[in-house]
Amino acid sequence: MSALLEVRNLSVSVDDKAILRGVDLTVNAGEVHAIMGPNGSGKSTLAQVLAGRETFHVTGGDVRYGGRDLLALSPEERAREGVFLAFQYPVEIPGVSNVYLLKAAVNSVRRHRGLPELDAMDFLAQIRGKIKLMDMRDELLYRAVNEGFSGGEKKRNEILQMALLEPRLAILDETDSGLDIDALQVVANGINTLRSPERAMIVVTHYQRLLDYVVPDFVHVLSQGRIVKSGGKDLALELERRGYGWLDDPSTARAISP
Amino acid sequence: MIAESIDRFVVDFNAHAAALPGARVPWIASLRRNAIERFAEHGLPTTRDEDWKYTNVAPVARRPFALALPNANARVDVGPFVLAGVEAHRLVFIDGHYAPALSEVGALPAGVTLGSLAEALDGSPEALEPMLRDARRHTIFAALNTAFMTDGVYLRIARGVALDRPVHALFVSTASDAAIHPRNLIVAGERAQMTLIEQYVGLDEAASLTNAVTQIVAGAEASVAHYKLQQENGRALHIAGIHAAQARASRFASHSIALGAVLSRQDLTTTFDAQGCDAELNGLFLAGGRQHVDHHTRIDHAQPHGRSRELYKGVLDGGARGVFNGKVVVHPGAQRSDAHLASHNLLLSRTAEIDTKPELTIDADDVKCAHGATVGQLDDDALFYLRARGVDEPMARALLTYAFAHDVIERVRVASLRDVVERALFQRLPQGERIRELG
Repeated sequence: MSALLEVRNLSVSVDDKAILRGVDLTVNAGEVHAIMGPNGSGKSTLAQVLAGRETFHVTGGDVRYGGRDLLALSPEERAREGVFLAFQYPVEIPGVSNVYLLKAAVNSVRRHRGLPELDAMDFLAQIRGKIKLMDMRDELLYRAVNEGFSGGEKKRNEILQMALLEPRLAILDETDSGLDIDALQVVANGINTLRSPERAMIVVTHYQRLLDYVVPDFVHVLSQGRIVKSGGKDLALELERRGYGWLDDPSTARAISP
Repeated sequence: MIAESIDRFVVDFNAHAAALPGARVPWIASLRRNAIERFAEHGLPTTRDEDWKYTNVAPVARRPFALALPNANARVDVGPFVLAGVEAHRLVFIDGHYAPALSEVGALPAGVTLGSLAEALDGSPEALEPMLRDARRHTIFAALNTAFMTDGVYLRIARGVALDRPVHALFVSTASDAAIHPRNLIVAGERAQMTLIEQYVGLDEAASLTNAVTQIVAGAEASVAHYKLQQENGRALHIAGIHAAQARASRFASHSIALGAVLSRQDLTTTFDAQGCDAELNGLFLAGGRQHVDHHTRIDHAQPHGRSRELYKGVLDGGARGVFNGKVVVHPGAQRSDAHLASHNLLLSRTAEIDTKPELTIDADDVKCAHGATVGQLDDDALFYLRARGVDEPMARALLTYAFAHDVIERVRVASLRDVVERALFQRLPQGERIRELG
């Protein structure tokens, strides 16, 4: 069986500045991959390019998703095909209630899958359990999208959306940033609940912290636009201990390359 | 061409002067005569006039507009415009003439006079004289209105009376090349409370000219809510002046929603004639295609302890052009004035344009005044966020446009009117109906 996601030699630039310089990554259904790396290494760029952000320019390589050319799809088509990006900075949208966006998102995916759209009652029934899982107050459903949400509430809201959309490939971009330990546990618990043999996850993070709760199958280190090291969950612990500095030394990096 | 059109208005005036409301009352006749003379002398404004720099009213001169006469054949169904869920005192004007058969004034509390201005001018117009003579802040179009004013709402509320139900004045234009000059006179006595909704709609793509003037007097501690909803058809020209005079500690809340007309211009002013006045001016305009929409506002803090809050938002698409000019003038001695003025604009196309100019003139030293203006496009981050949730691009754009306009709409306190505005907005947005279904 072919991989769910196959990134081959992906190069990406923004304003003629190269950000990703030949990334290779294979993700199978059921796997959780952590992408770690120092600031500016291209982690968030990779996450956003996979979700279809158009401000980045793909200059080389290709991405197959379920055997299809992912880069040929618009962001909304990717979402409907089961790609989900949990944003590092969820956007505030005044005047559009959270429940409204959630319903629009769920129904656009359902339409695409040939399922009947949910009416208001069915939708609320679906959302009840998930909102409990994320330890969120009902009131946040009726507020404008992310408006006046705390940092933790915004991140919980992202995972709530993921729980409702049931993606095949979830990309979590620095979901742990700005969370206190309680919120981190709630968010991690939400993520773990969604782990399944059919679903793959890419967890982009700067710190080991989240990986104490969401234990990855694979850890990759991104540095200067390339994956310079891959390993198991122990690699994250080593990075926590040693920092990222040693990876920048070309002789070490070559020595440890797989 | 401009000169010919001036002549045409004068000839038209001479032809109809004897039949206009109040023609037998000498002071009204001379008021009208003076006004047409002033108009003839001044002529139509040109883009050389600072106040008309961005708005060319040549289309007013281009068509053979003539005073709209009562149209006995007009078949008008006002059903779609009746406000749902609220029993308003409804007055309908067809081409500027009161249509009692379509109106439903209903029962009025003691101390409230409400009816047709034409009837008041022909009946006992003495009480109207000070107001009709007060031409402060009037433009030259207001002079043209004074010459021709045919009809409109006359509302007077005695001191201490609260008119709980809103007054809904519906102006329908049906005839091409018809010049319609509505005049509304509103007097809220001391501590009186009231809500007036002025709605302008056009039928059958009639290329009409509406030139309306509304004057509002808010007595001491009175509370006046004024809603203006301009939904003329796409060939119509719409010119309007709304002028309020506020007595001590009165409150004036104004909401202007402009959606229609190929060319529209509104001058809205309020003057704090005594201490402690409060004014809230909200505005939303939406224009596309070749529409041109111009809002000029002016708030005169002429006395101390006044507070004003102004928020105008514009959404411009296609080749539309918007103009906003908001003046706040704090007069000498008007200490402790507190003014805030904001103009925010959203351009949805490369060819849409907005000229926005907030202006503060401050001649007192103990004041708190702030203003700001922004012009921008839809936020790329927000668009990507919605699309990454499976919302297609046209709908994401419509949602964010709605989100932009939302806070002005939210301030509309008459629920059924808020619905009307939302519906009108959704109709104008691609995918708007789908957004509504989701709500």
